[in-house]
Formats: sequence, structure tokens, C-alpha cells
Amino acid sequence: MPQVTLTVNGKNSTVEVEGRTLLVELLREKLRLTGTHVGCDTSQCGACVVHVDGESVKACTILAVQVDGGQVTTIEGLAAADGTLHPMQEAFREYHALQCGFCTPGMVMSAIDLVQKHPEGMSEREIREGLEGNLCRCTGYHNIVKAIAAAQDVMHGKRSELARAAE
Amino acid sequence: MYDFDYHKPSSVADAVKLLSADPDARAISGGQTLLPALKHRLNRPTYLVDLSGIAELRGVKREGDKITVGAMTRHIEVQNSPEVKSAIPALAYMATVIGDIQVRNRGTMGGSVANNDPAADYPSAVLGLGATVVTDKRRIAADDYFQGMFTTALEPGELLVAIEFPIPEKAGYAKMRNPASRYVMAGVFVAKTKDGVRVVVNGAGPGVFRQTDMEQALSANWSPDAVAGIKQASEGLNSDIHGSAEYRAHLVSVMAKRAVTDAG
Amino acid sequence: MNVVAPFEGIGASVRRKEDLRFLSGRGQYTDDIARPGQAHACILRSPHAHARILKLDAAAARAMPGVVAIYTGEDTKGLGGIPCGWQLHNKDGSPMAEPRHPVIAEGKARHVGDPVAVVVAETRTQAKDAAEAIEVEYEVLPALSTMKEALAPGAAQLHDAAPGNLCYDWHIGDKAATDAAFARAHKVVRFETTNNRLVPNAMEPRAAIGDYDPTTGEHTLWTTSQNPHVIRLLMGAFVLNIPESRLRVVAPDVGGGFGSKIYHYAEEAIVTWAASKLNRPVKWTCDRSEAFISDAHGRDHVTTCELALDETGKFLGLRVDTLANMGAYLSTFAPCVPTYLYATLLSGVYSLPTIYAEVKAVFTSTVAVDAYRGAGRPEATYLLERLVDVAAAETGMDRVEIRRRNFIATDAFPYQTPVALQYDSGDYFSTLDAALETAGWAGFEARRAEAAKEGKLRGIGISTYVEACGIAPSAVVGSLGARAGLYEVGTIRVHPTGSVTVLTGAHSHGQGHETTFAQLVADRLGVPLSQVDVVHGDTAKVPFGMGTYGSRSLAVGGSAMVKAMDKVVDKAKKIAAHLLEASVQDIEFDRGTFRVAGTDRTKALAEVSLAAYVPHNYPIEELEPGLEETAFYDPKNFTYPGGCHICEVEIERDTGKVSVVNFTAVDDVGRVINPMIVEGQVQGGVAQGIGQALMEQAVYDESGQLLSGSMMDYSLPRAEDLPMVSVANHVTLCTHNPLGVKGCGEVGAIGSPPAVMNAVVDALREFGVRHVEMPATPAKIWNIINAGAQRMAAE
Repeated sequence: MPQVTLTVNGKNSTVEVEGRTLLVELLREKLRLTGTHVGCDTSQCGACVVHVDGESVKACTILAVQVDGGQVTTIEGLAAADGTLHPMQEAFREYHALQCGFCTPGMVMSAIDLVQKHPEGMSEREIREGLEGNLCRCTGYHNIVKAIAAAQDVMHGKRSELARAAE
Repeated sequence: MYDFDYHKPSSVADAVKLLSADPDARAISGGQTLLPALKHRLNRPTYLVDLSGIAELRGVKREGDKITVGAMTRHIEVQNSPEVKSAIPALAYMATVIGDIQVRNRGTMGGSVANNDPAADYPSAVLGLGATVVTDKRRIAADDYFQGMFTTALEPGELLVAIEFPIPEKAGYAKMRNPASRYVMAGVFVAKTKDGVRVVVNGAGPGVFRQTDMEQALSANWSPDAVAGIKQASEGLNSDIHGSAEYRAHLVSVMAKRAVTDAG
Repeated sequence: MNVVAPFEGIGASVRRKEDLRFLSGRGQYTDDIARPGQAHACILRSPHAHARILKLDAAAARAMPGVVAIYTGEDTKGLGGIPCGWQLHNKDGSPMAEPRHPVIAEGKARHVGDPVAVVVAETRTQAKDAAEAIEVEYEVLPALSTMKEALAPGAAQLHDAAPGNLCYDWHIGDKAATDAAFARAHKVVRFETTNNRLVPNAMEPRAAIGDYDPTTGEHTLWTTSQNPHVIRLLMGAFVLNIPESRLRVVAPDVGGGFGSKIYHYAEEAIVTWAASKLNRPVKWTCDRSEAFISDAHGRDHVTTCELALDETGKFLGLRVDTLANMGAYLSTFAPCVPTYLYATLLSGVYSLPTIYAEVKAVFTSTVAVDAYRGAGRPEATYLLERLVDVAAAETGMDRVEIRRRNFIATDAFPYQTPVALQYDSGDYFSTLDAALETAGWAGFEARRAEAAKEGKLRGIGISTYVEACGIAPSAVVGSLGARAGLYEVGTIRVHPTGSVTVLTGAHSHGQGHETTFAQLVADRLGVPLSQVDVVHGDTAKVPFGMGTYGSRSLAVGGSAMVKAMDKVVDKAKKIAAHLLEASVQDIEFDRGTFRVAGTDRTKALAEVSLAAYVPHNYPIEELEPGLEETAFYDPKNFTYPGGCHICEVEIERDTGKVSVVNFTAVDDVGRVINPMIVEGQVQGGVAQGIGQALMEQAVYDESGQLLSGSMMDYSLPRAEDLPMVSVANHVTLCTHNPLGVKGCGEVGAIGSPPAVMNAVVDALREFGVRHVEMPATPAKIWNIINAGAQRMAAE
């Protein structure tokens, strides 16, 4: 059986897998990181999105062996060690961007990559188009879009500039 | 998924050796089409040959009047490549509308062109720009390369290593997505090159094909109106619950018009 | 410094208590649970719509690595069938046809996806590998993909116990009075339509884990359910014959339901039964593509209707004839959806003197059809609101005016409809006016002209609706065929130091009960939200419950909590009176403080609760220690949310693509506890309604194969397909429950589809379009535009 060594949320792991083991299976079943979900079998819903080497990927559409030597971040690894939420997590809470919570981990991980890839900032339309790979059946996306719009300001440091101006 | 062995060679020579050794071995690049197919047990490879460890397959180069894209160059890299953006903006634009952000982070141009899914984007650009497909063995003109649904001129064990795009005078791309899968339902790539005008249709039929009536019309008059009135025959086009062949034929005219507008 | 605690009670948009765990990946959904030593089940499903199983050879599969057991219908034929929770009666009084629904197919498969065999193996992939190795020889029988085919004379019979594939032939209303109304009508408007079949697609696929302790004989089932107590009742009593005391059902975090997770499914019985056979936990998790052929679908009506009008545009009567698809087997609530949740709503918001509706329910070789978000009310609303628009067009009346003219007057409540329901409250004029104002109805023609300049077709549509939530009372629904009560249960446990645990029989799978229910406690008992915890979803923790569906949680479950809190306060007042050495009649209670009226002598709730559990100084002679009360609440009536939705669309002429550019919802959901959550519920419901109107459809081919059988072919709305949704409330209180609440979970999905389709038809008016069937896909709309353009060119 192939062995895979990877860093997940800052922790090194070496795990035995089959060739066919998907990254999401490794995370959920071997490492018991069940925050990453599986919502479909056609690579469309995005519930399984994690970051590999800093970029979002669908963990159901990548083999564990392909991530050998890689750095993986899952929803469990987003908050700071003291529990402070990532600005995207905080915005999702503030704007009620989640209901059942099932799509949420993938949605948050996608949204972070999306914001990172658009340092110039995104319009509502661009955010909606950027969420192509993530399905939510509860919220109608309304509040997800609002949360991402708010989080991008924080992530790009706009709010702190405003705060400075206010001082 | 059926189980398989996994290899990750670091050179083209090693990859070709592995792929030639067993007819049931499969190359995996980004895996964004292959893995979904494997998950549904549509394929049973003996082993996968992961090309991601081969440095020589990556990157974009501009040399004279052509852009060379390494097979393992990801969509996100094509989209952000300063060379592609300045020389063939339509190709950079196409990369931005392939799949979703996760597909673009993983998927590669070589994988898409080697697979030749009729609903894929890149094959239309490759054929539309009259590109050359470079393999470990030879150079194949785009006109000879695409041979219908999931079929190409690649021989068993032959590895696509790069694609050379001649820089066009102008080019444009427009597509309508399938409302469910979001793959291409009908798309058109248009290009004005020094060897003439090329118009290529993707998504609507069982494979990419050149729309010669539109090519003639645009050669005479490069304007959106020149193609708007040209009807694509519906015979042989796809028909399914999302749209009839007639609808797709109509979309070809609409997308052609938009693509010409996009090209400017 | 005077720190004022933020208001957390009724009406506050407090942030949700559950979010931190969901945002940190700490939610616990069924598939997240791994029981020690668990085996994995894979269901081999029929690839044919209708086929006799001639031979099933599992020998090769049994020899595959990791295989623990393989079961077929032969093994489970001694079990009970999957029960139906509602028995309808035919026009002639005879009971509906109710054929056996085997846990695993017994000799015959009746839809693509019908379980034929179950493989249990050490790993999920081993189970799948082995399932593929089972050889089944089928004799393919004629598929019955549509109701028309199933009802045709000489059609193949799906069940011996359902002659003619008819489940029931039911009616409601006064036929003679309705015929008479039509006989004197000035104008009769006829209309036929299909309410498209939908696949619910909650984002979490179903899953179930069975476990068994041979030393105690206790069975446990973890399942993705909206109502664990109901599953315990149905599965324990009817299928597996396990007493409630030995069967624990846990529905932990559940990733959306929308109705599809109400029902008792075969897989739940399979894993529970197999676990006890094998003495080890057995887990099954559904693949999404498997969900398409095994989750209950929704809607699927074919209806003809007629509206009689007088010369002033007043409605005189309504006739409705509906065929409702049941699928291959009767799912838990299926028979009641097209009858008591549909035909009883056909009066809508209108004063309609007489109605006669007939409904035939039909078995077809398709997946079972049952309630999906709205359940019957979206079908009734769509029918009526499209019909009213057609009537407006055919009588030359304004679409808003014809509605206003026929609305039930605001002073006419309680209003008795001719189809059994009595609406307790409502104000349809106010929600209409507010929506017209917010949507800018008056200025629409300018926007239409502006869009036309860009070559786009712009249309506006309106829908005014009423629906019915919190189906009840038990005695009434029992007389109509329900095989269960429809009350709810709440326990308020005040702990010694004054924190509170709420046990509720309702189940949250996205609705935010942990927050909303805690707000009720904060409001009434004055306990900070941080000290209120809501427990649900576990039959071992919550005394009883009927679960969450039909927007009932707050109206019924919340009311049960209020009753329980009343009991807590009553008892606590007695304790406080003892502690304060006052008469109980003199004790006032307000948000956490007991006070001797007119004095400054007080006791905090925490002091009273401490006395209740440490009864050193306590009226022990007359009062038991402890401070915990349970209440069952059985409502007196349904609740009746209503409102007005207005949709504006733009259509691209050259592709037929419809975009919703504005959407306004003004709803009357009764008292609002958490406005943020209510807004989210409406937005989500509207998204599903827009999905039904523009994108979603389950399509079977003639051989009974589901063509839209995965997310590759079933179009689900994504972020870019939807607009921002403007939501507002105009409240009239429910008159018969203590909170005055009505329910908000389904209004979005009920009100929106006709608003969208009325807008689409309006946008296409230049082509002389009378009606467009849902979903209005680009291809369909382009066909209409193309045909219209050709016809106009020819004229």
C-alpha cells in the first residue's frame, strides 16, 4: 500500500492509503477530520473544498497520493490557536450565511481562495460567478454573497484603513 | 473507483516508458475529468502515471510569433500568464471561464486537449488558432489532431507535451453553459490569423469542428453581423433534455456573433 | 459603569448559537460518526424501472475480500413493509390501495433504484466492489414512466394490490353547488398545467448507522432524519417489531431536509436489522447519484382546472381535476400531500363561494413522491395564481385589480373556505400594497422600455398566496386519515444554578432552533442566551416529538415550550412565595425575577431553582423538589401565513435565458422571533421556488430511466443564477397559539414559482403566449420566441 506524508493544519501525518483513496477519504476516515464534507459524486457541490498548498481544491477530485508532501488546510485549521475565527468564518456568522452548515466548510474555503485571488476586490456579480463550484440549498446565496463581500474588505485590510482614518 | 497502482515519474522519458508498457495505464494530469470518470467506474486503469512531477511540462513561453504552453500548465496559470494575456487575450479569457475555481487550480491544458471532451473549452482554441500539438514523438497540426468525441491522433503511449499557438491578429470566444453540468452547451472560438479566418464550434456536437460557412463570411467581412445570419445545420449536433440539436445550432450563430464582438 | 445586557428575546436578530460549531468543522452529521467495529453497507439497486427478478447469484460476491454478509428480499421478507403514515379514502368510502413496500425487493423491482440486494463489508469500497459482482437476471416488464401510461386501459400492473395502478380517487367540495355556479357564469377560464417533478437535493446525502447491544437488546439508529421519534415509531412498530424502549433513534446534525428526510426509508431498517443480525454496527451513506433514485421526489401533478367569473370579474366557483404521482410505493406522507395539503388550499386568498376538486393518485415505476418544501401548497398556489393571471388576460382585467376584487376582506376573519379550512387571520391587502410599493410596480413599464432598448424582454409577475402550517389538530387529522398525532412536545429543565436546557421534539436541520428556541426562554424566563441549551434529535434524551416539517416547529414546538414554561413559572412562583414568605397570589414574575407585588422583595430565578434542588427551606409538604416541566401542545387549527411575491425577469431574446433581476417578498408569518433567521428562511425558500420555475426538473424516459439522474443533468440554482431577494414582513398574529406565530420555512417556495412564471409570461406577451410550463429553461423559452417570431413573420 502506498504511503502518503502530508501536513494537515500544521501537523505532519504519514498514512497508508490505496491508490484510489481520495484526499477527502484520507481526511475524513484516516485523520477523522470530518469538517470536510461530501455532498455529491460529480465534483460539483464543493462541500469538500480544502486548500492544498494554499489553493482551493475539491478533496473528492484529487487522490491522496497526489498530495504526498503537500500542505493541506481544512476548515478545522482556519481559526487561530486561541480560537479567533478567520475573517471569513466571522463574516459568515455575522451575516447569517449558513443554515444547515453542510456546505459551509467548502463554501468558506472556496471564498477565502476567491478573495485571495482578487486583491482588487470583487463586485456582487464577480462573487456570484466565483462561487460556480459551490452549491448551497438553504440560503439562496444572498447572505453568503454579503458575507464574502464584507470579509474581502477585512482580508484586504480595508476596514483597518477606515479605522485608522477614524482615529 | 477500482483500485490501481500509482506512479509519479519525473521525466517525459520515464512517463512514456510507463505508459507504453501497459495499454491499460492512464496518464493523470489535473485529474479533473479523469477522476470523476474513475469514481463512476467508467474506467479501469491498471496504474496511473501522474505527470505533475515533470518540470519540463510546465510553463508558458513566448518565442517570436508563437506562444508555447506546456501540457501541465494549469488553467489558473494560463489565465494569469502575462504572455498569454498580451498575445492571445481570448485564450486567457477562455481559461477564466473553464469549470470553477477548483477546476482551474488543478486542471491542465494538456489534460483537456488530450482528453478531447466535446464539452471542453480548450480544444476549440487549439483548433481555432491552428495550433500545433507537440508530443514526445512528433508535431501534429490541430486540423489532424481532433478526431471526434474523446478521440485524438495521439497513439497509445504517446504523450502530449506542449501546445504551440501562433499569435493571431485577433480572436474571441463565447459559450453558453449547460444549466446543470455547466460544461459547454455550445461555444464558438473565432480567430483572424495570418493564414486566414478560423471558426470552431465546441460543445454543440460530438467533437470540435470548423464552421466553414462562417469562416468564409468573416474572411469577406469581419463583423458580428457577418455571422449572425449564417445558420448552422442541426444534423449531427447533440440533443438532450437541456436542448435540441436545433437549439444548439441556433446557439452556434449567437455564440459566433458574440465571439466576433469579443474579438473586436 | 452600567452595562446593559443586549436584548436577546423575541424580535432580536441575535447571531446563531449553532454557527460556531458549523464554521469550525465541528458539526456532527451522521456520516461523521464512526462506530467502533462498524461494517459498511452498499445497496445494489435495480437498473430497470419494472422487472421481475428471475435469479440472483451472489456466490462470487460473497467470496470477495472483506464481504461480511449479503442480504436479499428472501432474507427480509419476514419483516414488515415500509409503512405509510396516512390512509386516504376513495369517493366511495373504500380505503386507498396500499400495496406492500418491501424493505428489499421481493421478486420484483418497481423503479430504477429499488433495493435488490444489500452487501455488508469491512469497508465501503469493498461493499461496492462486491455489489458489482452480484449477478441478477431480470425479466424486464413494461415501464410506467408517466401517470397517463399507468392509467391507460390494459397498462401493466405495478402492484397486484392496486388495480389499474390507481392508489385512490378522492374528492373534496360541493360538486352540485360548483356545477350550478358554472352554469350561471358570465365567463369560464380553462387552464391545464403540470407541476414539475423535483428532486429535493438537501446538500447532505442521507446516511444511517445501525448498532445493537446483544447484552441489553438495545438497538440504536443514527439517521439523517427530520423526525427521529416518528422513525422510531414507524420502524419499530411496523417494520422490525422492536419496542420503543429498546430502540433509540438519533438524528444528529442534519444537512438540510426540505421534506426529503421526513420519511422512513428502507435503508434505515436495513442497517438496524443487519446490525442485530451481525452483532456489529452497520453504516450506509448515500452517494448523490444514488440519492436521485432513492430519495423521495416532490410535486409531479397534472391538473385541469376551470374558474367561473361573473361580469365584474368576481370569482363564482372553481373546478379542479388533478392527477398526482405517488411513484412506485407510498412514502410516509405521500397520500396526504395532493389532498389535505393541496386541495384544501385551492381557495387561496380569495373569496371563492364554491370549489370542487378531484384528485387521482397514481402508481408509476418511478421513485416515490412525497412532500417537498411546501408540500401541496406550492402546487395549489401555482395553479391558482397562474389561473388568475390567465383569467385577467382573458377578461381584460388588470392583474392586481382582479386579485384585489376577489381577496377575502380583512374583517372577514375567521374565514371559512369551501374546502374545509378556516383561516384565523390575515391581511392580504396590506401585504399586496407593501409589495407593490417595494417592487416599484407602478414604474415597471419604464424599466420594460429600457430593457427593450437593449434587446431584452422584461416582464413582471405577482403572486398572492396563503398557506397552511402546523398541520393539526390531532383529532381532525386523525379523522382525515393521519395515523399519528400532530402535537409537539417541549421540556424546560431549569438547572440548580438557573441555566436552562430545553428538550424539544422538533428537529433543526438548518432552521436555527438552537437560537430561536433559546430566545423564547430568554424572553420569558430572563435567562441569558448563553445559559440556554436546546437539545433535540435523540429519542433517548427528548421524551417524545413529531419532528420538523410543514413549518411547524415554532407554531407547534414553540407553543409546547411556552406551555412548559408556564408550568415552570407556576411552580417556581410557589417556591418563591415560600422563600419570600408571601402568598403565591402576590408573586409577580418578569424575566427572571420573582417579586412580591408592590414591594422590593425579590428572588431571582436562580435562587428559586437552587431551592428547588437543594430543598432545605422548601414547601416539601405540598411541592416536589426539582424544576422541570414537560408539555404536549396540540394546536386548535393550522396557522395561515400569507403574502405577496413580485418577480421581475429579463429574457435574452437570442438564447432564451431568463434572469430574475428583482424579487420582492412581503410575507405575513405571524410574530417574528428572530428577523435575521426569518429573512434567511424566506430567501432560501425563494431560491428553491426560482429553481422550480426556471431550472429544476426530474425527467424519466419511456423506459423509466431517470435522465436527470445526477447533478450533471439536474439543474440546481447556483449563486450566479439568483438575485438578491428583498424580504419584508407585515404581521398579523395567529389567533390560536400563544406566540402568535405562523411559520416561515415554506412561504418562499410557495409564493415564488407563480410570481416568476407570471413574469415570464408577461415578458413574452408580444408573442401571444398564454402559458409557459415550468421549468422555463433557455431552450424552452427560445422555442417559444422562435415560434412566435416565425408566426408573426408569416402573418
